[in-house]
Amino acid sequence: MAFGKRTSSSNVAKERLKLVLIHDRAGTSPSSNVMEMLRKDIFAVISKYFDVVESDFDVEIKNSSDMHSSGSTRLTADVPIRSIKSLGRNKY
Amino acid sequence: MIDTDIGLRNLDVVLGLENRIVYDLVDVVEGTCRLKQALIKDKRFEGLYLLPAAQTRDKLAVNPEQMVKLVAELENEFDYILIDCPAGIEQGFKNAVAGAKSAIVVTVPEVSAVRDADRIIGLLSAAGIDDARLLVNRMRPDMVKRGDMLGLDDTLDILGIDLIGVVPEDEKIIRSTNMGEPIVLMDKSLAGRAYRNIVRRILGENVPLMSMDDDSGFGARLKKLFGGK
Repeated sequence: MAFGKRTSSSNVAKERLKLVLIHDRAGTSPSSNVMEMLRKDIFAVISKYFDVVESDFDVEIKNSSDMHSSGSTRLTADVPIRSIKSLGRNKY
Repeated sequence: MIDTDIGLRNLDVVLGLENRIVYDLVDVVEGTCRLKQALIKDKRFEGLYLLPAAQTRDKLAVNPEQMVKLVAELENEFDYILIDCPAGIEQGFKNAVAGAKSAIVVTVPEVSAVRDADRIIGLLSAAGIDDARLLVNRMRPDMVKRGDMLGLDDTLDILGIDLIGVVPEDEKIIRSTNMGEPIVLMDKSLAGRAYRNIVRRILGENVPLMSMDDDSGFGARLKKLFGGK
C-alpha cells in the first residue's frame, strides 16, 4: 500500500451519505422495526416455495454502484436455499 | 434582510451595523415600535435594510403567524426579503419558513452538513417550498482534487436539487467580518466574487460558475511565472 493510491475519503463520504439518506428519507434506521418487519414478511413468502432458514436470511438496502453500473439504490435479500419445495405439480 | 436568529443575533456585527440598533424583530411583532423604526439602513448599499434579531429573548418570542404578517407588510416596500434562518429545525426554523416563498439551502461539503441539508430540503418541501436551491459554502478545490472533499457534482447528486452557487473557502471572509465590511465589497476576494454571482443568479441572470483556482495567491503567481497553469 505504501506506493498505492490512498483511499479517496470523499468517495467513502459519498457512499456513506447515500446510505444514511435512504434511511433518513424513509424515516427508518438500518436496524429499525421496518426493516425487521420487511425481513419477516419476505421470509414468510419465500419459505412457501423454498426451504430456507430464518437465521441465514438477510435483507438490506444498499447502493449497488459497486456491483452494477447504474449506481442505483436497491433492496437486496441474501437467501441461502437448502432445497426447493415440491409444490405438488409436475410430479415425475 | 431579516435576522430571525433570536437570542443569537449576528447579522448586525457581520454587516458592521451593531451600533445603530434601537429596536428589533421582537419589538416589531410585539408592537413596541413601528416596523420602519426597527429597520436599519445600510448606507453602503442603496435599498438595503436590516431588521435585527432580538438578543435577549428566545425563538418562542415570535410565532409563524406573526412572521407571515411581518413579511406581508415588508412586501409593500421591498422587492426582495431575505430571511436569515437560524440553525436547527425547531421554532426558529418554523418562523423563518412561515414567511418564505422560496429558499436557499446553505451547506458545506461535509458528511454531517450534507445530511442535515437533506433533512432541511425535506422539511421545506413539506412546508410547500419545492424550489429550494443549494449554496455550497467553504469549498476547497485543492481538497476536492485530492479526493478528500465531496465535490460539487457529488453533493448535488446526493441532494438532488438545483445549484445557486459555490463559495470557496476564503481567509478574507474573516477579515471582512472582523471589519464589519461585507465581502462583496472586496474586489479581489474569490468568495466575494462568488457571492456577487449568486446575487445575479437570484435576480434571474444566467451566470456561469467561476473558476475556483486562486490566481491571486503567491503560490499561484509563482507557478504562472514558471509557465505552469
